[in-house]
Amino acid sequence: MRENFKSGKWNTQIDVRDFIQKNYTPYDGDDSFLEGPTKRTEELWAKVKELMKEERAKGGIMDIDTHTISTIDAHQPGYIQKELETIVGLQTDEPLKRAIMPFGGIRMVRSSLKAYNRPMDPEVEKVFKYRKTHNDGVFDAYTEEMKKARHTGIITGLPDAYGRGRIIGDYRRVPLYGVDYLIEKKKEALNNYVFDIMITPVIRQREEISEQIKALNELKNMALSYGFDISRPAADTKEAVQWLYFAYLAAVKEQNGAAMSLGRVSTFLDVYAEKDLAEGKYTEAEIQEFIDHFVMKLRMVRFLRTPSYDELFSGDPTWITESLGGIGLDGRHMVTKMTYRFLHTLVNLGPAPEPNMTVLWSPKLPENFKKFCARLSVETSSIQYENDDLMREKFGDDYGIACCVSAMRIGKQMQFFGARANLAKALLYAINGGKDEIYGEQVGPALAPITSEYLNYDEVMERFDATLDWLSKLYINTLNIIHYMHDKYCYERIEMALHDEEILRTSACGIAGLSVVVDSLSAIKYAKVKPIRNENGLVVDYTIEGEFPMFGNNDPRVDDMAVELVKKFMTKLSKHKTYRDSKPTLSILTITSNVVYGKKTGNTPDGRKYGEPFAPGANPMHKRDTKGCIASMASVAKLPYDYSEDGISYTFSIVPGALGKVQEERVENLVNLMDGYFSDCGHHINVNVLNKDVLMDAMDHPEKYPQLTIRVSGYAVNFIKLTREQQLDVINRTFHERF
Amino acid sequence: MEGYVHSIETCGTLDGPGIRYVIFLQGCPLRCKFCHNPDSWQINAGRKVSVDELMEDILRYRNYIKTGGVTLSGGEPLLQAKFAAELFRECKRHGIHTAVDTSGAIALSICKEAVDAVDLVLLDIKSIDTIKCADLTGKGNEDALTLLNYLEQTGKDVWIRHVVVPGITENEEDIERMAQYLSRFTVIKRVEILPFHKMGEYKWKQLNLNYELGDTQPPEKESIENIKNILRKYRLNVV
Repeated sequence: MRENFKSGKWNTQIDVRDFIQKNYTPYDGDDSFLEGPTKRTEELWAKVKELMKEERAKGGIMDIDTHTISTIDAHQPGYIQKELETIVGLQTDEPLKRAIMPFGGIRMVRSSLKAYNRPMDPEVEKVFKYRKTHNDGVFDAYTEEMKKARHTGIITGLPDAYGRGRIIGDYRRVPLYGVDYLIEKKKEALNNYVFDIMITPVIRQREEISEQIKALNELKNMALSYGFDISRPAADTKEAVQWLYFAYLAAVKEQNGAAMSLGRVSTFLDVYAEKDLAEGKYTEAEIQEFIDHFVMKLRMVRFLRTPSYDELFSGDPTWITESLGGIGLDGRHMVTKMTYRFLHTLVNLGPAPEPNMTVLWSPKLPENFKKFCARLSVETSSIQYENDDLMREKFGDDYGIACCVSAMRIGKQMQFFGARANLAKALLYAINGGKDEIYGEQVGPALAPITSEYLNYDEVMERFDATLDWLSKLYINTLNIIHYMHDKYCYERIEMALHDEEILRTSACGIAGLSVVVDSLSAIKYAKVKPIRNENGLVVDYTIEGEFPMFGNNDPRVDDMAVELVKKFMTKLSKHKTYRDSKPTLSILTITSNVVYGKKTGNTPDGRKYGEPFAPGANPMHKRDTKGCIASMASVAKLPYDYSEDGISYTFSIVPGALGKVQEERVENLVNLMDGYFSDCGHHINVNVLNKDVLMDAMDHPEKYPQLTIRVSGYAVNFIKLTREQQLDVINRTFHERF
Repeated sequence: MEGYVHSIETCGTLDGPGIRYVIFLQGCPLRCKFCHNPDSWQINAGRKVSVDELMEDILRYRNYIKTGGVTLSGGEPLLQAKFAAELFRECKRHGIHTAVDTSGAIALSICKEAVDAVDLVLLDIKSIDTIKCADLTGKGNEDALTLLNYLEQTGKDVWIRHVVVPGITENEEDIERMAQYLSRFTVIKRVEILPFHKMGEYKWKQLNLNYELGDTQPPEKESIENIKNILRKYRLNVV
């Protein structure tokens, strides 16, 4: 089979990109070639929908296998309905049954089981009497200061009790090379890792490669239990999809990562499809069927998580992000028929949050494809878009998005996920001399608190700067501990087996509350802000006299402050020593945690009240952007990607009527909106085209809307799976509408 | 040159082709009963902005409006005709498409310069019957129809808009008459039928004005379809 493709570097070394570039066929046509669901697909999907309905009826969890500690080949094979499935494989032996993955933290397993009234298996409990988990390790090493910062929520969402995720295995390597070749290459690498002095990095690397080889063997074994020998390369489209899925399945059997993204597989798979179509081996309908069945499987990935996790990242997300389209380094676009087929699953199977369809946009993409995407966005609100022109410069043309907005070269780069620091709280610490505004405890550095009648901009900025010095150091140090322990106790064996040995690691920091901070600083600078102190002298509220410019109106007076703040915090992060010499990066992304951050943050000088949600990601605070959505987008587009390389998330919601009078105009306007935003260097945009009254109705009658999908910061969710609080936040958020 | 601006919408998609930067100018000579922006009536109020300032802001949105453009709305934008004319010329200099959203209630002698400078006129025909028009808006429709004739003579593209208010402008005979009248004009590229809505009612209350249409309901979907079909009979491009 491999000799039938155009050869190149990929024949003598692992180089998937080279294979793609030498063999793929760009597609400029429209969507008229696409096929609807086959009868088999319809039957199978009906069955899955039935199962999902049952899952919801059971309170969100179908079943839990409490006895088996999940590893790559721990579970018996499972099927939905074997004779209907063209692509097989489930995480456990039954559909939607969740597995326990205790290596990230046995504590999380205990509390999850407790929440769902399931007993802890004494055998499992016994294992962890002798075996330590990632979570135990982290808390053994945390300092008192770190625990305090975690408790007050100035740093939140840290992956210290669960799998860190945001690592993309190059799952394509399995179909292209077969597992035996990959093992052979890893063995070679292990033999080469012999140095004069055996010090930590070398020892660790040797141990890790050995683990990777074991994982690859387990992968083979798991596939064999389904009756497939994946030691050799895939021979056709069906095998390529199946091999690739087995590789991904191994990862989600082993790791309950915060985001388990797929990478960039569609154009790779198209090479096989083009060949099979040309040779008459499979029809278009058959190929679409493989993809529909594959995507069905992805929609069924489940993890066992705690209610407190759900509160932070609502809606049971798995972030199976698939990156689509983009432009190659040689100038050819990378849209193929397979890109269309993946997106077409939103029609064949209806809208859904997973896989997280991510279009790598460039104004240079073919017009047919741009319109196709925009139309699907208008119809399904299930797609996010990211700026390929910005990312290609930094990551080449074989990168993928992990989670929501984190670009990385596939198989060559990984990140240490670091959740986010709450900059709004940091500003309050600066005003209160390092004391927490809610707990009154000394958490930050004990600077002299501000005592003036009105807040003075220069004085506040000086304290804020010192507070950010402290925060950036504490933040990086905390991440260093977390990732040291994760590597030690919960190493991603199969995902890393599908990476090169020498890779780039980043320490992916993040910030929340950007628009709250800059509006606060703007109020202090352009209006008069009077702090109100409680009996202990702690500032607990503010009164604002006069008007001030707000972020989201394309007003340089305040937008420039946002730009400066991002640069400032990123620069501070870069000054600290990181674990495994990883490169610090920054994201402006909250996912749905903007609601929790709001709950944990007191009154702020911009007039936001204690408990009120932050805006998601880099969004302006709602109802403060008064010049329409393009002004709002233009403000966000100014945030510098060079200083926020892990992504800048913007969520855009518009009612259909405000996008144009008729469907054709809506599609065209949306294309132009995105061309404009990305030409202005905006990084990411979630597009929702929805009527508010539909959402209101879905809150009261969830049974009517099983597939209603909405994009929140960086991912998509089933609207009816959100907590009520999150639903209200979505509804209250600025929906761009005018009349 | 300065003008009085009520507000700005950077993502207009309903006032002309493509994405529009819409400037709502302050001041209107009419007092339409269904007006949803009564806060834009008063003249010489609002924010004073120069053409240069506006252009500076418009150019920030170049990447978005490249296939759309700029629309002047209101209020009645042609009330500030000189200001409008200068803005249109400046836009043209930068290759930006322009439109004006007008009720045609300004005498041609005053607004001619602005109308000559604009690319597209969105002309609101309140009622083809001048008496009914006067009852609804406080002024007859003569100036609007004069403007339409002038646009035909000068070959300028026109989109007609007509708001359907039950009990006032929903009458089939009037629609038929309007359709017949409009069908003579070659410059009319599109006719937009806008159903009356009450989303601006709260503004009337805020301004302590008496909202007469409080009990009027938005037209039925079938009625709107019926009206559109009447217009289509006369080969008008209705959306």
